[in-house]
Amino acid sequence: MTAAPLSGPLTGRARADRRPHSLAEWQADGGHAALGLARQQPPAAIVDMVAAAALNGRGGAGFPAAQKWRFMPAPGTIPGDGPSYLIVNGDEMEPGAFKDRLFLEALPHLVIEGAMIAAHAMHASEIIILVRDAYRIGIHAMEQAIAEVDAAGLTGRNLKIRVHASAGRYIVGEETALIEALEGKRAVPRKRPPFPAQSGLWGRPTTVNNVETIANIPGIVANGPDWFRGLSRTAEGGTKLFGVSGRVHKPQLIEAPMGTTARELIDRCGGVSGTGELLAFQPGGGASGFLGPEHLDLPLDFANVADAGSMFGTGTLIVLDTGTCPIGVIARHMRFYARESCGWCTPCREGLPWVAHIVDGLEAGTAKTADLDILHMTAGEAGPRGRSFCDLMGGAMAPLATGLHRFERQFADHAAHGCRA
Amino acid sequence: MSLPEPLTVMITHAIASHGGPRGAILEALRMVQHAEGWVSDERVADIAALTGMTTAEIDNLATFYSHIFRKPVGRHLVMFCDGASCWMNGGDKVAEAVKARLGIGFGETTADGRFTLLNTCCVGGCDHAPAAVTGRNRRLVGPLRADTLDGLLT
Ligand SMILES: Cc1cc2nc3c(=O)[nH]c(=O)nc-3n(C[C@H](O)[C@H](O)[C@H](O)COP(=O)(O)O)c2cc1C
Ligand code: SF4
Ligand code: FES
Repeated sequence: MTAAPLSGPLTGRARADRRPHSLAEWQADGGHAALGLARQQPPAAIVDMVAAAALNGRGGAGFPAAQKWRFMPAPGTIPGDGPSYLIVNGDEMEPGAFKDRLFLEALPHLVIEGAMIAAHAMHASEIIILVRDAYRIGIHAMEQAIAEVDAAGLTGRNLKIRVHASAGRYIVGEETALIEALEGKRAVPRKRPPFPAQSGLWGRPTTVNNVETIANIPGIVANGPDWFRGLSRTAEGGTKLFGVSGRVHKPQLIEAPMGTTARELIDRCGGVSGTGELLAFQPGGGASGFLGPEHLDLPLDFANVADAGSMFGTGTLIVLDTGTCPIGVIARHMRFYARESCGWCTPCREGLPWVAHIVDGLEAGTAKTADLDILHMTAGEAGPRGRSFCDLMGGAMAPLATGLHRFERQFADHAAHGCRA
Repeated sequence: MSLPEPLTVMITHAIASHGGPRGAILEALRMVQHAEGWVSDERVADIAALTGMTTAEIDNLATFYSHIFRKPVGRHLVMFCDGASCWMNGGDKVAEAVKARLGIGFGETTADGRFTLLNTCCVGGCDHAPAAVTGRNRRLVGPLRADTLDGLLT
């Protein structure tokens, strides 16, 4: 399947037809050179470089990558022996997110090179690349690339790399649930602390990083932190692989500087489709709160989007035109999150299906005005400040909680008449 | 039919490379499903025997993970995206057309055993919305249209 060609230091080498490079092709293009550079330096020097580059994790929370790596103990400083793990999170399933698919399918050697450098920096002896089952083309590309670097002796004696295909469920993307899944259990999140760096997979030090976070590492090592920070328009380093979908003429992936605005991204997608007029957008996938036309010129990065009352998340924009019913969008999101609840805690297991049922009722015209009070109440119960055990429910309620305010008129109208769109 | 020799070998190998019997269960389920399309009661018992776990422990996992199938599925699996970006671009209409054409709903298999239709979200093809993934390779197809379903159903 072909897609719009990409350009930029992170993804520019991806082919238009997304066919991955062989090892020889990748090396001819300068690939795996950063790995050699990195291995000549002590691990701490690489961590310092990534810290100076101001690379924030691209998996959703935007946590500084170097700071996470510093929690990983050096060998010999903890009791017992056994591996330390780097897990590359390629479970991408968030509604509206389609960015990691590109790295896994078209740039597998970039992911492996980044992972091998990161493993060196954080003293990890085993790399597990977890990929969702629906990305089988990506799974195959990664396995092929790993076989090539292994055969060429690039892995080195003390490093193991393998792919783990996930067996489904969105919650597997949550890092502690992911560790449970790898241990052959139901993917139910763990309590923190202890954090994975203290006690992760099989009780060993573990770091989980997103695919895109890892893909940024070779560029930082090859070109230096100043170069990386210079790519950005804000204090957060690098470019970002944005994904824009929903009501735009040409939905696509766009690599652009951190701090690019929604207006620029939507313009590059040929503008808003349908009515041509923007109603709202979610800046970070299904689990991010709605922003509106007044945010079109906000420089998008983790800090700015949080200040605006939403979440930059996966950096994948879902665009609504004024002809799209926002209650309908929220209904699709709620059904998804209700279906994907892991079932561990009651507010999420019982609350999300209830909320999904009410929002469906608003759409069908069977809900009552009093139901809106229930939506307001459950929105307040979710998330870290509420009563759910992990962030799945908090994220699930973000579009609802922000939507209840932004689309107050539409909610009231739906309670009275059902959907008239 | 007892577990075919190649599967026994692969599962035994997975136990070694995935940190022991427990860590290999999901891999074992996946391998069985890859070879046979689904996971029967007999295979649950086979995996239990190979890993030294109980059948209840194996089924506990098999029923949690949504892409492990405990019922036979059709030769062609169509996973249709019901996410918001697909819905906004007419996904519902395409889904209705697919259901009408096959005469089945989501979660069902055609009587001739050719197609199984599942709803899932998101398939990571929002730039091709409305989208689906299909077949052994989970090939991405889209943008789908209600009047031209041939690309999806062949
Ligand atoms: C419900 C839920 C689902 C998640 N899914 C993913 C995912 O698919 N991919 C991912 O990288 N992070 C996902 N995360 C975030 C991870 O827990 C973790 O923060 C991330 O992988 C860390 O990577 P980073 O530090 O490089 O950003 C999810 C979190 C939650 C709460
Ligand atoms: S919030 Fe939902 S997904 Fe998270 S632990 Fe509770 S039930 Fe599971
Ligand atoms: S919402 Fe359908 S592919 Fe992403």
